[in-house]
Amino acid sequence: MPSHDVMPDIELYQPVQVEDALALATRLADRGWLLGGGQDTYGWLKDRTKVPEAMIDLNGIESLRGIRETADGVEIGALTTLTELVNNPLIKERYSLLASAAERVASPQIRNVGTVAGNVAQDVRCWYYRRGLSCYRAGGNLCYADTPEGMNREHAIFGASRCVAVTPSDTAPALVALEASMVIRSESGERVVAAEDFFIGPNVDIQNTTVLRPGEILTSVRLPTTWANATFYFEKVADRNAWDFALVSIAAVMRESGGVIQDARFVAGAVQCTPRRLLDVESAVRGQPRTEATAQSLGTLASQGAQPLNHNGFKLHLVDSLAKRALLG
Amino acid sequence: MNPRLTRRRFIKGVIYSSAAAVSGAGFYLTNAQSRPAAAVERLISINVNGRTRRVDVLPQETLAHTLRYKLELTGTKLGCNRGECGACTVLIDDVTNYACSTLTHSVKQRAVTTVEGLQSPDGQLHPVQQAFLDELSPQCGFCTPGQVIATVALLKSNPKPTREQARQALSGNLCRCGAYDHYLNGVMRASGQLS
Repeated sequence: MPSHDVMPDIELYQPVQVEDALALATRLADRGWLLGGGQDTYGWLKDRTKVPEAMIDLNGIESLRGIRETADGVEIGALTTLTELVNNPLIKERYSLLASAAERVASPQIRNVGTVAGNVAQDVRCWYYRRGLSCYRAGGNLCYADTPEGMNREHAIFGASRCVAVTPSDTAPALVALEASMVIRSESGERVVAAEDFFIGPNVDIQNTTVLRPGEILTSVRLPTTWANATFYFEKVADRNAWDFALVSIAAVMRESGGVIQDARFVAGAVQCTPRRLLDVESAVRGQPRTEATAQSLGTLASQGAQPLNHNGFKLHLVDSLAKRALLG
Repeated sequence: MNPRLTRRRFIKGVIYSSAAAVSGAGFYLTNAQSRPAAAVERLISINVNGRTRRVDVLPQETLAHTLRYKLELTGTKLGCNRGECGACTVLIDDVTNYACSTLTHSVKQRAVTTVEGLQSPDGQLHPVQQAFLDELSPQCGFCTPGQVIATVALLKSNPKPTREQARQALSGNLCRCGAYDHYLNGVMRASGQLS
């Protein structure tokens, strides 16, 4: 039968134990491709822009699924779908920030299969890179987005280093705000990395957006009780309500007592390659009440130091406005 | 017009005759020999619309491809083939999925329902299909199978959705004709909220 399918020839492994998956990931190294929900994967394969030799389908590994309560918070299995995250009672009750973020990802069908690990480990959405051009991130020596004619409306206003792509993940800012930690396993053991250190910019590594290396699998995400039931705010601004990636998003957590903010974390998405902590905003709101006056005092603090490209100057005003809205709730 | 030669049957006939001409045993044999032992089996059983179907599936094959080109279930449409339009929406264990972005090998233990599996054995349309007809929901009809499946899934979990909930549930299905409001009318009729 002739093939009408545009999927390339590729091997498929379906391990049911995480140990077997780790052995495969080690053996195949960068010739292998870890498959979760696959919603970032199939585009790369169908377009022939990435050509791994084999997919390691992790969906048969039951131990990577589900949300469990632990002594110091909640542990979310890497293969937990975004829909499960949205509907889970523990998450809704204590960490509704993460549920709000997951609910804004793509479309219902994609959330039904898209996993929390896949959402944080997905590659950037710069179309020049996705198109298969030999840009810095693809191993080449130029950036097509940061040129006089480059279409860079969706690109970075901070932290550009050769590459100007931004983090596409909606859950990543929420996880950084909640001080989540990422559990990474390899055949040689396990390491736990703070969400804030999990994401890396092009100045650290131009070809990877996370610290995950070949042979490693992100097995779970842990949420500490630190910010459980805090005051939360999540907002994603995008051109369309479904499918679209954020132009700018914000995830904020705040602890209040005696009418003032004791502590807070404000994290913006889609303004640089990694979720961006708005440290100046955080220190400005500490000890202040959540009032219009405090919001006004933030001024342009969130966008301080931004270096916009030709078409994304609007993001400065957007991130400033979102910081104020997050404060007021 | 000869009732036995519909447009659909004619097109299917063309697909099969060309398939027979191109495929040959040699192709499968050489391919099978080059695969390592630990890889997935090619001949698998999948449960589609309540029937177990034996089918030869390539490792990288998508469910949309298997359904349309190997199981003759052409009701599932391929629009973008990138998970960006929703025309290929099917139910897998009662949950909506894009068949173009699902590996057939990942549904071996699960129940797939396509638009062909909705009507009752006596040929009566599913209430959602009938409601869509009554409300003239489809315009060109290409996205309709996906819209029907998304609605069936919604009504299983939420039999009386609000219009806003229906809008959310159908937000993963594009309609190039822009007949969204007509589909929402159909959802409201199917859930008994329009008289």
